[in-house]
Amino acid sequence: MSTPFAKLPGWVEYALIPLVNLAVAFLVAGIVVVFVGENPLEAARIMITGAFGSGEGIGFTLYYATYFIFTGLAVAVAFHAGLFNIGAEGQAYVGGIGVAAACLTFDHTMPWYLVFVLASLGSMAFGALWALIPAWLQAYRGSHIVITTIMFNYIASNLMLYMLLNVFKPLGQMAAQSRTFEPGGQLPKLDWLLSIFGLDIGGAPFNFSFLVALAAAFVVWVLIWRTRLGYEMRTMGFQPHAARFAGMKSKRVVVIAMLISGALAGLMALNPIMGDQYRIQQDFVGGAGFVGIAVALMGRSHPVGIVLAAILFGMLYQGGAELSFDMPEITRDMIVVIQGLVILFAGALEHMFRPAITAFFARLGKSRSEAAAGA
Amino acid sequence: MSDFAIELKGIDKRFGAVHANKNINLKVARGTIHGIIGENGAGKSTLMSILYGFYQADSGEIFISGQRANIKDSKAAIAAGIGMVHQHFMLVENFSVLENIMLGAEESAILTKGITKARAELKRLEEQYEMEVDPDAIIEELPVGVQQRVEILKAIYRKADILILDEPTGVLTPAEADHLFRILAQLKEQGKTVILITHKLREIMAITDEVSVMRRGEMVATRKTSETSVEELAELMVGRHVLLRVEKGEAKPGDVKLSVRNLTVRDSRGVTMVDNVSFDVRAGEIVGIAGVAGNGQSELLEAIGGMRSATSGTVTLSGQPVDVTGPGDPADMRKRGLAHVPEDRHHTGLVLKFEEAENAMLGYHRDKTFGQSFLLDVDAMRKDAMEKIEQYDIRPPNPRLKTANFSGGNQQKIVLAREMERNPDVLIIGQPTRGVDVGAIEFIHKRIIEMRDQGKAILLVSVELDEIRSLSDRIIVMFAGRIAGERNPDASEGELGLLMAGVENKLEAAE
Repeated sequence: MSTPFAKLPGWVEYALIPLVNLAVAFLVAGIVVVFVGENPLEAARIMITGAFGSGEGIGFTLYYATYFIFTGLAVAVAFHAGLFNIGAEGQAYVGGIGVAAACLTFDHTMPWYLVFVLASLGSMAFGALWALIPAWLQAYRGSHIVITTIMFNYIASNLMLYMLLNVFKPLGQMAAQSRTFEPGGQLPKLDWLLSIFGLDIGGAPFNFSFLVALAAAFVVWVLIWRTRLGYEMRTMGFQPHAARFAGMKSKRVVVIAMLISGALAGLMALNPIMGDQYRIQQDFVGGAGFVGIAVALMGRSHPVGIVLAAILFGMLYQGGAELSFDMPEITRDMIVVIQGLVILFAGALEHMFRPAITAFFARLGKSRSEAAAGA
Repeated sequence: MSDFAIELKGIDKRFGAVHANKNINLKVARGTIHGIIGENGAGKSTLMSILYGFYQADSGEIFISGQRANIKDSKAAIAAGIGMVHQHFMLVENFSVLENIMLGAEESAILTKGITKARAELKRLEEQYEMEVDPDAIIEELPVGVQQRVEILKAIYRKADILILDEPTGVLTPAEADHLFRILAQLKEQGKTVILITHKLREIMAITDEVSVMRRGEMVATRKTSETSVEELAELMVGRHVLLRVEKGEAKPGDVKLSVRNLTVRDSRGVTMVDNVSFDVRAGEIVGIAGVAGNGQSELLEAIGGMRSATSGTVTLSGQPVDVTGPGDPADMRKRGLAHVPEDRHHTGLVLKFEEAENAMLGYHRDKTFGQSFLLDVDAMRKDAMEKIEQYDIRPPNPRLKTANFSGGNQQKIVLAREMERNPDVLIIGQPTRGVDVGAIEFIHKRIIEMRDQGKAILLVSVELDEIRSLSDRIIVMFAGRIAGERNPDASEGELGLLMAGVENKLEAAE
C-alpha cells in the first residue's frame, strides 16, 4: 500500500497541523516584531488581552469574527464542489444592496425582526446574483471561475460606488453613504449574551448577526453532509469523473453551489450595515471576503473549523488594533504584515509541514496497522 | 567499441506491491532495429523509462556502447546518446518546427546565431535521413505523422545514436506508419540503433531485426525476427499458464437485452476509437470482449454506460432505444436497468475520500431508500451499506471507514455490491479484477456467474484473456476499434491472441 497518503488521525488533521502552522506564523511574526525593536512577548500579551481581556475586547473580536464566518462559509461551500470562489468580497459588497434596500424602505414602518428577514433574503438574493454570472460562465462556457470572480470584485466595487452616490446617498450630502436607519433597521446588540458571562460589552458593535452566522454554519454543515445536493457537490469536488459516472448534472450543481456561496457572502452585509453602522457606506466589506479564503482554508472547509478560524482572525483584527495603539513602533501596516503571515502559513503554506507530520504518523501507525491486519 | 548499443543487466523495479520489472536482461545490437513487445502492463514502458532516466532501477546495471552508464535523469540519457519519441508528443504546439527542435539546445541566450546554425543543421539532417519538414511550420497545423517526424529529428539533432519509439504507430494512419518504417530503415542504414516498443505483431515482423517479448514484468524471450513467427510471438506474449476455470453450467440465453448496432465513437482528438461495432447480449449469458488495452473497449463501455457520446449508431436496452449520440445520461441508463462497473474504480467507480457508505450509494443516491426529502437518511445509508458488506464479505466491515483505506479487492467488491444488488437487467463490467488480490478474484468471478444464472445480460470487458475465457459464453475480440472476430470460449489462446494482435487475415489465409 502507498504510505504517502496514509490517513492521519482526526486530531492531527484538524488540530495539530493548524496549530503547528499557527505557531510558526507567530514565531515569524515575533521575529518581525524584534526587528522593529519591540518585545514580541509583550506584543503578544497586548494582542491577547486586547482581544480577550475585556468584555468590550471580546465584543469587538466576535464582531469581526462574524464577518469572517460568513465569508469563510461562502468560500467553503464552493470549495466542496471543487470551485474556488475568490469573489466573496464582491458578492458581500453587492449583497449590501439587499440589506440597505430593506432597511431604507421599511425601517420606520416595521419592527427590526421583520426588516431583518427581508434584509437577509435581499442580501442573499443580491449576493447570489453576483455569483450567478461567473457560475454560469464556468458551467456552460468554461471560463475559469477564479478569473471571473476576481474580475467581478472590481465590477462590484464600481457598481456599488455608483449605487451609493446615485441611489442611496441623500441629497445635499457629500459622503458616499445612505442616511442612518431608524430603529426598525437596527439589529440588537448582544450585550445580554456577554452579560451572562459577567462581561460588559461597552462600545463594541457585537450584534445579532453573530447568531445568524452560527445558524448559517449549522445549515452549511447540514447542506454539505446531510443533503443529496451536498453529496453531489462533494463528489464533484473530490472526483469529477465519478460525478459524471453517477449521473450527476455537474453544470447545474456548479451553478447551485455558487448561488449558495454568493448568498452566504451576501449575508455578511447584515453585520456592518444593519448591526453596526445603521447605514450602507463605501467599502463596508473591507477585505473580509479575502480573509474568508484564509478562514476556509484554515478551518479545512468545515463549519466548526471555520467558526474557530474566524474567531482567530477576529482576534488578530481586534488585538492588532490594540497593539498599534499601545506600541507606536508597530504601525497599522505592521499588523497587516502579521495577519498576512498567519494567512501565509495557515492558508497558502498549509501543506508545508504536512509531509513531515504524515511521514511521522505513517511510521508510528505502521506497526499498529500491521498488528491489526494480522489479527 | 562494444557490438551492443545497449546492454541491460538484472534491471529490477518495484512500485509498491507491483513488481514492474523483474531481473531484466537485454542486449541490443548496434545498428539494428530491436522490437520489444508485450501486453499493456507487461513492463515495457517502465523499462524504457528506466533507460531514459525517468525512473531509477531498484537494482541492475545499464551499459551504453559497453560503457557502464548512470542514467539519473533524461539529461544524462541525452548525453549518453539516447533519444526518445514518446507516445504522446512532447512538442510545444504553437511553436514552429525549428523552435521545437532547438528548444533546450539553444546554446546561447541570444537566439539569432543559434537559429541560423540550427536551420542549416536541420536541413542537413533532413537530407541525410530523407525526412522533409518545413522548419517554419507551426506544430499544431501539422498532421500527426509529421509531428512525429519532428520528434525524431529533435532526438537526432541532439546527437542521439539510440532512438526509442514508444508505440509510435498508435496515432498514425497506415500510410503514415509505412512512411515511419521507411524512415526507421533509413536511420538503421545510417548506423543508428532503434528500439521499437509496440504490441502490434505485424509491425514487429515488418521492420525489426530482433524482438524481445515481455510478460508480467519479465523478459520471457528474445528471437531473431527472421527465425520466429507471428504465432510464436503471440503465444509468448499472451503466455501459457494454468487457466483458473470457474465452475459454471451451461448458459441458457433468453431474449436480447442489450443490442448494439453500428456503434462508432470518436475521442476528443477525432480519432475513431470504436468503429462500426454491432453485437447482442442476451439475458442469461456473458459476452466477453477481449483485446489488448486501448483497442476501443473502454470507449465502448463508456458509450453504452451513457458516459461518452457516440458519433453514430444505436443501442437498444431491453427493447427500448437509447440516445447514444446525445450528451449521455448515466442516471437515466440506471433507471432503465443498466448497471455499470467501470474499468477505473479509483477515478470513476468510487470517490476514495468518501466513507464506504457514501460510495455504496454512488449513482443511486437519488433513491428514496436513502431519504424521503432533500435530506439524506444517514442511518438508512449505513444500514444498506452494512447489508452489502455482509453479503459481499467486504473487510473491514465498517461503513464509516474512508474508502481509500480498503484494499483493492474490497474496493472492487464495494462497486460490485452496489451495481449488482440493484437487480439490473443488463450489467456491463470493465476489468472486474484489475489490481484485485487472488482471493477476491474467485469471489468476484463466482458472483458474475451467479448474476448470469439469475438471467442477467452481462457484457464483460477485460484485458486478462484468462478471465474472458473462463467467464464468457461468447468471446468478441476487438482490435483497432473493430470486432476482429467472435469465438467460443474453448477457442485456443493462440487463436484469440492472434485476433487480439490483429492478424486475423493471415491466420485465415493459412487455414
